[in-house]
Amino acid sequence: MSTVVLLTITGLGLGAMYFLVASGLSLIYGLMGVLNFAHGAFITVGAYGAWFAETKLSGIGSVPLRFLAASVVGLAAGTCFATLVELVLIRPLYLRHIEQVLVTVGVSLATVALVEGIWGSDPKFYVLPPWFSGTTTVAGAYIPNDRWIEIAAAAAVLVGLLTFLRFTRYGLIIRAGVENRAMVTALGIDVKRAFTLVFALGGLAAALAGVLSGIYFTSITPERGTSLLIFAFIVIVIGGLGSIKGSAVASAAVALTQQYVNYYSTGIGDLSVVLLLAIVLLARPAQLAGRTA
Amino acid sequence: MSSAPRPLLEVRDLHVDLGGAHVLQGVSFDVPAGGITALLGRNGVGKTTTLRGVLGLVPRRGQVVLAGERIDREATHRIVRRGVGYVPEDRDVFAGLTVAENLRLAARNGSARYDLVHDLFPELEERARQRAGTLSGGQQQMVAIARALLNPNRLLLIDEPTKGLAPALVSEVAGLLERIAAAETALLVEQNLAVVRRLASSIVVLDQGRVVHVGTAADLDDEALVHRLLGVGHAA
Repeated sequence: MSTVVLLTITGLGLGAMYFLVASGLSLIYGLMGVLNFAHGAFITVGAYGAWFAETKLSGIGSVPLRFLAASVVGLAAGTCFATLVELVLIRPLYLRHIEQVLVTVGVSLATVALVEGIWGSDPKFYVLPPWFSGTTTVAGAYIPNDRWIEIAAAAAVLVGLLTFLRFTRYGLIIRAGVENRAMVTALGIDVKRAFTLVFALGGLAAALAGVLSGIYFTSITPERGTSLLIFAFIVIVIGGLGSIKGSAVASAAVALTQQYVNYYSTGIGDLSVVLLLAIVLLARPAQLAGRTA
Repeated sequence: MSSAPRPLLEVRDLHVDLGGAHVLQGVSFDVPAGGITALLGRNGVGKTTTLRGVLGLVPRRGQVVLAGERIDREATHRIVRRGVGYVPEDRDVFAGLTVAENLRLAARNGSARYDLVHDLFPELEERARQRAGTLSGGQQQMVAIARALLNPNRLLLIDEPTKGLAPALVSEVAGLLERIAAAETALLVEQNLAVVRRLASSIVVLDQGRVVHVGTAADLDDEALVHRLLGVGHAA
């Protein structure tokens, strides 16, 4: 029983990071039709932004406070970077999908190379509050405390995004734009502002995933963003392109599959996720076209 | 001696290429201020593309002048904000949004005419919380028209509003358009000639991406002309 609890909560912690990456990726594709391979770079910028800030904030004596301040810097860096990518690189290529893919792949590769060039490819470590490395006992299972942080962060982002989409004017525009972007413009709405906002929100969530990945995996590396992005792509295909709730469910399903298969077999957790993707596509091929925010 | 009033909409030498096909090949016509101008033609001659070209929803070349000002270099949302309402073919309501959200999306600051819309379509007020995707075809058409009417318009572009509707609803929609036309100018694409005869004051006929006839609705009483321009199979 304790193993099941441990695997489930650890799986949900991993799923939380997948969701943080996938939610922005899914909204960006749903609204703009942009397959954003640069999303992994937002994760990297967020993670390294927080790490770099932490090294410069040694004046803050309290470890929790320093980590919190560094995280805010990391999130701001990821958000600003995503906004700049949209304004400078994506906007001029509006509706030119092949060029957008090439540019976003280029941003992804260049960001990893730049980070490696400046700080090297060795893992970097956050100085975390001691509570993070402790455990909580649940039904006999010793659950690493950081899993609660990751799950709580993803739940907060899920609720925040759904509230934003449901109750704000821009949320309404985004939900409508995911269904039919041209018709939104035909109602007199400048949908490009919504594009920028969605990129900024996606960058914020991805940067948060970057920071949390440094806790979950105990370190950050330049390639972490790329490896998380691969699973996030699988999540958005399974969950339905453009669907936030679908991304949440699919994130949990993918991560739990990975955890359980990895535990009960040896090292084929990643392969099992690909099989899950294939099963979903065979059972529900329309999933690739699904669009509701 | 007074000169003729300037048309509300002037379309000059409009070209549109879509998917390698030269769909519009130099379309030119005017829409006078007031009343309904019907844009007619067989299926696939470019009627919907003409409306989309005026609105900038497809890449186009040529001149489009609204009330004396060129709009052909402007983005779609700016053209709409100049007072151009659009009722698309197949309604294009946002299926996942409620009726109220569809209307709220279209409403512009301070100018939304909810009273007018609810007067014309009282059913939409009753169904405000219903998802638009669950409405019948006729009800979706009401939402599409209501969205366009919610803001004051100088020109309404209406694309096949009776398409796919039951005969009783066709008459109802025609009646609504008649009320609307009393206050606003409209360019109407419509296949149903009975509706066109009832509503339109002037007509423009397209064939293979070109204007082949400009006249009044009375021209539709000439059976030989209708047969030549619109073909035998055209709904009457």
